[in-house]
Amino acid sequence: MKQLRLLRVGWWLQLKIRGRSTFDGLLGILYPLFFATTIFFIYRQGSDPTALVGAAVGASVMGVWSSTATSASSVLQGERRQGTLELLVAAPSSFPLLIVPITMALATVGLYSLVATLLWGRFVFDIPVRVDQPLAFGAAVLVTVLAVSLMGFLLAVTAVRYRYSWALGTAFELPVWLVCGFLVPLSALPAWVRPISWLLPPTWGVSAIRAAALGGSPWGDVLLCAVTAAVYALIGTALSGRLIDSARARATLALS
Amino acid sequence: MAVIEVAGLERSYKARTGIRRGSAKEVHAVRGISFEVESGELFGLLGPNGAGKTTTIKMLITLLLPTGGSARVLGHDVVREAREVRRRVGYVFGGDRGLYERLSALDNLRYFSELYGVPAREQKERIGELLELVGLTGRERERVEGYSRGMRQRLHIARGLLHRPDVLFLDEPSIGIDPVGARELRATVATLVQQGTTVLLTTHYMFEADELCDRIAVIADGSIVASGTPAELKRGVVDGRVVEVEVYGAVDTALAPLRAIPGVRSVAVEESGQAQLVVVRAEPDAEVTSAVLACLSGVRLGRVATREPTLEDAYVELLSAP
Repeated sequence: MKQLRLLRVGWWLQLKIRGRSTFDGLLGILYPLFFATTIFFIYRQGSDPTALVGAAVGASVMGVWSSTATSASSVLQGERRQGTLELLVAAPSSFPLLIVPITMALATVGLYSLVATLLWGRFVFDIPVRVDQPLAFGAAVLVTVLAVSLMGFLLAVTAVRYRYSWALGTAFELPVWLVCGFLVPLSALPAWVRPISWLLPPTWGVSAIRAAALGGSPWGDVLLCAVTAAVYALIGTALSGRLIDSARARATLALS
Repeated sequence: MAVIEVAGLERSYKARTGIRRGSAKEVHAVRGISFEVESGELFGLLGPNGAGKTTTIKMLITLLLPTGGSARVLGHDVVREAREVRRRVGYVFGGDRGLYERLSALDNLRYFSELYGVPAREQKERIGELLELVGLTGRERERVEGYSRGMRQRLHIARGLLHRPDVLFLDEPSIGIDPVGARELRATVATLVQQGTTVLLTTHYMFEADELCDRIAVIADGSIVASGTPAELKRGVVDGRVVEVEVYGAVDTALAPLRAIPGVRSVAVEESGQAQLVVVRAEPDAEVTSAVLACLSGVRLGRVATREPTLEDAYVELLSAP
């Protein structure tokens, strides 16, 4: 119960922190719309309306991934810069329970980009995103957002030990777009790439959202998305203790 | 009963130079220090920048692993029982950092209450008490980014006390705040000690250590060079008299004759606005004032004063000892 409260309060206050910068907010609103516009112009050239809807869904998950992955790996560097990372580590609470709310808040911001992309497509580009199974669609979206936040958690904990690991998020941002099949079908990728795709929760998440929107069976993909995300969470939790000990040994918790 | 026991504590770092195949230089930040702090005591670690004060505190609050020796806080080993130590200690450091700027003071305190396991039903009352203690009642809903440095420092103190720690570590808490704010801070710290909290304070302000601390350890270059009560340090190191002469004009040529006066231990010159202050430290029974004035006869003089040695005199003498 105490842990749940810690997650809830942490998530809400981190969301408040992120929502209070006008500049960040404006960029957060406009950025996914630029993504979506570029993709809609490209896919509109084809004649397959299903592909356009699939691209709209893919573009919307791209926004969730980008706003979480790039920010998650730099967020602990931000905590280090403002002197709060040491206070988080010095707290008696479990460290993962302090970091997961931060990446959950980032993924929640990403949720906006998912909704905005779909609405932008509907009202500006006349892409009819009909949701075949609303309940499954909602569940797939929530599990995908949670899965992305847990991947962000794994990226974030590395920053406890390595001051420059914030670059990981930027390094992974574009490859994940491609490998998880956000815009390009997995079948179009070389065979050796597919096992990598299967290890990444967003692959199953975007597939589940598409299936729920276009008609199909999303629940298997929802389950796989949840299971792979849980594995990332376990790896992140196991790593966090070791990385903190290493940071304590090598004095990397503070800037100097 | 000792609540902090430090024995032969060491911490060294590897500082690397160069881009490829750079050499690694071993830097000894703390060199085998030992001390104990009793329950309810206010213990000061006094030393210049880079002496090893912050490194020592960070080892005691489990943020750094020692490279040698051992330390126990409230009976718990800081390496093996880190979580038990964290539950019962508070940490406050000086400066602008360590708070969430975009949140209000109230939200900062709510967040840290959760982090430090303050039960939900007690949080509101505890936060209210602490806001009252540090004088931020009425300003708690304002964002921290608009706070003055003094207000931030007081908020830091409130944050560090949320979970009612048995031991409070204060790392240069008054750095950069104005004299009135620093005085209020010292009053708050004194109140905490009266209420039974054990405090370990680091500072490089001698008057702060003199006013607050029951005992002091002077640390220089990672080693403790002296320890005792402020009075013992003053007696032990500068058992003598200090003559201060305000002078206007060059005094460089007079320094050698001043140092040659029988009974004079040391002579220092400090800038004091447009004037300079010649500080002559002498042996206990030596009467040197007239001889000092004779040496300075060619220079325009201002105020002349004879005084007891302060902790600052002791500190300067300790740090300048070969």
